[in-house]
Amino acid sequence: MSAGTERAVTWADVNKDVERTVSMPGNTYFAWMCVVALTLAAGVVAWTFQIYTGMGAAGKRTPQMWAMYITTFVFWIGIGHAGTLISAVLYLFRAKWRTSIYRGAEAMTVFAVMTAGLFPLIHAGRMWFAYWLTPYPNQRYLWPNFKSPLVWDVFAISTYLTISVVFFIVGLVPDVAALRDRSTGIKRKIFAVIAMGWEGSDTQWKHYRRGYGLLAALATPLVLSVHSVVSFDFAMALVPGWHSTLFAPFFVDGAIFSGFAMVLVLILPMRYYFNWYPYITDKHLDAMAKLTLVTSLVLTYFYACEVFTAWYSGDHFERASVFAKATKQYAWAYWTMYFCNSVVPLILFWKKARTNVVILYIVSILVLIGMWFERFNIIVPGLGHDFYPYTWGTYVPTITDSTIIVGSFAWFFILFLGFIRVMPSLSIVEVKEVLPHPLKHAVHGAHQGGGH
Amino acid sequence: MAAAASVLGIFAHVDTTLQAIRDLRAKGYGDLTVYTPVPVEEIEEEIEHIRPHSKVRLFTVIGGVTGAATGFFLTIWSSLKWDLITGGKASVSIPPFVIIGFELTILFGGLATVLAVLLLGRLPKLRPSPTYDPRFTLDRFGVAVACPPDRAQAVSALLSAAGAEEVRR
Repeated sequence: MSAGTERAVTWADVNKDVERTVSMPGNTYFAWMCVVALTLAAGVVAWTFQIYTGMGAAGKRTPQMWAMYITTFVFWIGIGHAGTLISAVLYLFRAKWRTSIYRGAEAMTVFAVMTAGLFPLIHAGRMWFAYWLTPYPNQRYLWPNFKSPLVWDVFAISTYLTISVVFFIVGLVPDVAALRDRSTGIKRKIFAVIAMGWEGSDTQWKHYRRGYGLLAALATPLVLSVHSVVSFDFAMALVPGWHSTLFAPFFVDGAIFSGFAMVLVLILPMRYYFNWYPYITDKHLDAMAKLTLVTSLVLTYFYACEVFTAWYSGDHFERASVFAKATKQYAWAYWTMYFCNSVVPLILFWKKARTNVVILYIVSILVLIGMWFERFNIIVPGLGHDFYPYTWGTYVPTITDSTIIVGSFAWFFILFLGFIRVMPSLSIVEVKEVLPHPLKHAVHGAHQGGGH
Repeated sequence: MAAAASVLGIFAHVDTTLQAIRDLRAKGYGDLTVYTPVPVEEIEEEIEHIRPHSKVRLFTVIGGVTGAATGFFLTIWSSLKWDLITGGKASVSIPPFVIIGFELTILFGGLATVLAVLLLGRLPKLRPSPTYDPRFTLDRFGVAVACPPDRAQAVSALLSAAGAEEVRR
């Protein structure tokens, strides 16, 4: 399927291939943008309706007050993690294959966190009081309760968003400078502002490289902490199935797993439409597929642990919770999760599947569905079957909350689609770095990509 | 140095650029600016002989320590200010405060790092340097030498000899 021409590229080709992507898009692009914009508009209308009529417009009822919004919040936060993994962790490991996918993945992170950040606001209802969660001096000497996982979340998510945005923009600067030097008119002016007068002088590179490495080193523990903190929202509660030390690694692994699926969902069409076959080769697909497979296997292990812990604990409520999830009204969601996250990715053991675009795409979509259901299974059946039968309940979604969730995907895609046509979505500098450096006298092969 | 002249050599290759830098250093020209489309380790190593190490990490550590201090101060001070006992725990409970301390360490450390890259790299740069050429973001390398006017001829010859495609004064 990877029928694109894998021609040899020079440094100048990299610039040209990226410049092509920031030109005026065609009708297909605008048609897709219209679809996305209309879906987003539907989401905005649904949210407005919810604000106007009250939280009853969403299907949330006791006991499942977290329901779909927090499910989708955790889903989107998780999506972001693969981007930071690719841009920071693989940078520190000097994995060269990351260079051609990291910009797309990083953009995905920023936009996914921007999407996730909406959900606590949507969920809280009166989002105009959201600033109460932040510590600020006030006349009543009121401060947030720093012992609450929800306040930890505020700090973790806002730090993650800030650092991701900063890391993303820092990475963009030299690339935008390259675009600035080869554009004219208003475009040149805008690129010039973003590039901040970047020239690629040795002093600039020296501080830039040091700063970039340090940002990567800071982002690495951050990305692990963020989903751990998100998992504490659950693990700190006493709900059966939630109160477990397993949650932090379980969430982090799931996040990376779903994030890789999303990277594939975004990168494969980009490779096709932008004709980036020389940059995103079968080797890249293979590497991403392998990481998806590994994270899937680790996740399956965590699923097994979850069931085992419930059984081994001897705790009646823990056992009952797992039993209810697997057999009662939400059993379909439970088994969908197992099928999509544990069974489907096994096909990636087969080498041909790891480079087959169609198989990879289908696997990725199923993984995304499976990972959404994983969070659904933690929240909805978990809350729907806790200690006392009189608190049990079944959640029924409404058109309002479902539309808001579909709208969140539109919000993510409108940002992403917009980004790839105005900014370099392939890192010019980093791709050049791993290409053979131009040498007059090719004496020793050590120069090949030695600058990485 | 009362440098009145600046000579720019434009190179197409890493090895010729490197050769020019070495030759210039051997002749005692220390006021160099090297432009590269991507960071090249060999060139960086060569430049390190005439440039001090980057101080970005100093900013990072100061930012990080400030962040940790802010996180712990904010949580401890505000719990003392508003003595709200939740879950029967002590007002000042360090374990949950570690999370805030950690997040602020990363936040302040990261922002300080960016600030350092901007300050030390002299960004934003409002006017392009006279020796800058747009090809330096494409596939050409530049070595700009600041030297006394009477040496400009010698420097030009040196750059050409090292393999410069083009020499400008």
